[in-house]
Amino acid sequence: MTTEDVHRRIYENPKFQALVKRRSRFAWTLSIIMLLAYYGFITLIGFDPKLLGQPIQPGMVITWGIPAGLGLIFLSFILTGIYVWKANGAYDRAVREILAEAGQ
Amino acid sequence: MKTSRIVLAAGVVFALPAMAIADSINGEVQKQGINYIAIGMFLAFVLLTLGITRWASKRSASTKDYYTAGGKITGFQNGLAIAGDYMSAASFLGISAQVFTSGFDGLIYSIGFLVGWPIILFLMAERLRNLGKFTFSDVASYRLGQKPIRFLSALSSLTVVAFYLIAQMVGAGKLIQLLFGLDYLIAVVLVGILMVAYVLFGGMLATTWVQIIKAVMLLSGATFMAVMVMKSVNFDFSQLFEKAVEVHPKAGAIMAPGVLISDPVSAISLGLALMFGTAGLPHILMRFFTVSDAKEARKSVFYATGFIGYFYILTFVIGFGAILLVGTNPAFKDATGALLGGSNMAAVHLAKAVGGDVFLGFISAVAFATILAVVAGLALAGASSVALDLYTHVIRGGNVDEKSQMAVSRVAVVVLGIVAIVLGVVFEQQNIAFMVGLAFSVAAATNFPILFLSMYWSKLTTRGAVLGGALGLITALTLTVLSPTVWVDVLHHEVAIFPYKYPALFAMIAAFSGIWLFSVTDNSAKAKAEREKFFAQFVRSQTGLGASGAVDH
Repeated sequence: MTTEDVHRRIYENPKFQALVKRRSRFAWTLSIIMLLAYYGFITLIGFDPKLLGQPIQPGMVITWGIPAGLGLIFLSFILTGIYVWKANGAYDRAVREILAEAGQ
Repeated sequence: MKTSRIVLAAGVVFALPAMAIADSINGEVQKQGINYIAIGMFLAFVLLTLGITRWASKRSASTKDYYTAGGKITGFQNGLAIAGDYMSAASFLGISAQVFTSGFDGLIYSIGFLVGWPIILFLMAERLRNLGKFTFSDVASYRLGQKPIRFLSALSSLTVVAFYLIAQMVGAGKLIQLLFGLDYLIAVVLVGILMVAYVLFGGMLATTWVQIIKAVMLLSGATFMAVMVMKSVNFDFSQLFEKAVEVHPKAGAIMAPGVLISDPVSAISLGLALMFGTAGLPHILMRFFTVSDAKEARKSVFYATGFIGYFYILTFVIGFGAILLVGTNPAFKDATGALLGGSNMAAVHLAKAVGGDVFLGFISAVAFATILAVVAGLALAGASSVALDLYTHVIRGGNVDEKSQMAVSRVAVVVLGIVAIVLGVVFEQQNIAFMVGLAFSVAAATNFPILFLSMYWSKLTTRGAVLGGALGLITALTLTVLSPTVWVDVLHHEVAIFPYKYPALFAMIAAFSGIWLFSVTDNSAKAKAEREKFFAQFVRSQTGLGASGAVDH
């Protein structure tokens, strides 16, 4: 079997198509969450810098900007963690199965 | 009276980092007295890293060993190394300084550098690892014309490396004047020689370990400082912020967005440059080939995101700590009330305030080590571009033996070292604030679109990638020259022709639409063949089939 045939066989395997679809939907969902969160944050500042400068409670020094900013850092870390957990676990198992079926 | 002078001084010195991508040390510095503790600790670091280089040189027999450390770096180690590439001296000193002067703005700025990582992980990391061998051009040219694609990516990579390198060299010279009391020239030459030594003899293995050691040193030092700061306020964040607002000349304004983001277009353009520039920096992308497979590549990004995020939280605390412990202490200020040694010294003075002279020496040594580690990575990325893309594929059409390829690479490293030293000297008195910003914009508008579309878009052709990529490169360069950071600040014209500071938004639009247009209108037989090869590339990018074999030997 040539490499071309192996590729063709994998490509036509419904399991491969299903995995690709599932994984890319997952990756894009997480990406969009991240993009919305970050660009939402900076355009909010761009349009109305005062908004995130409001104190969380009247009389308090800490403003909404602090939890929003730190929240973005934590969000980045958590989302990457979720993706790695899923991709290195379930998705990689599916990849190994597909490769095995193609005799690789 | 005193307060107003501080505001004035701070306003003048800090105008620069707040305006440009602050990954460089800007402005005038004064040479300090010779600091023996710092020099001693730095010498210890140099000896250790040269020892590692010696060890690495014995293990770097093949091309693969040299450029990718044999693919044997673990995800955790690589995560530290990537984080190390990111935690440059300038970002440590620059961002903590920005927090020290404007508070919350420093946090906004640092977040921009972090948020690219999740996107790189979700959309690029595993495909990159599965398709590439040594450089990102392997991936971009996987099914396209080798010569034109590699020529363009080498051109843009060398542009990125050159500007990044100048910024680091000038920063190094100034920093070393400040921290060690050495001459600018000596500092620049020393950095150049050590950089060449690491890369020439130790290759990727040494470059990676130098970066890992420095990352651990920097994270430990910064952690110690942050803990000492928190201890001074009984580990209570609201106390930290309250006290800072009390003593800071800008008072409550440090808790709100300030001057960093002035309008939505600039905000988005800066965000795009930081986010997608990261995904196009050659010295960062090459780190994806040092791990064994996609699994480890993903882990690298996870750890890197964690370390970088943690580091930015530390710099935020350190910046606020400096407001309390440095800003209120006249011992750290000159007669006009400005910080001794200039604006970027906030974190360094804080080191002395919380840990005395020995810890000050340690932090100074770490800052120097940081520069060395970052420039070594840049030099290796530049040398791979020359030897693997330009020499091997563009000049020799892929027919080379490892020996001559290696020879070219070594010559390239030495030439890069000399060029870096010369440029470092030439640009000493220049305003280099725009350079890292330019590097990020070129990476975002040339490398990233080609790389991304080569992996995602089956209809991409060589013609589209080359013309569109070139359009992105030219747009990024032209708009940077016409923008306020060069046209006004460097060339001293009255008004900038291009009103925004960051060209990334416009250059990326130019690149993507150019690539699209010149691809879809390409009906040649070659284009048809290139499109037909997409499915095999797709299978490999998704499964890693054929990729692990290339790594095991």
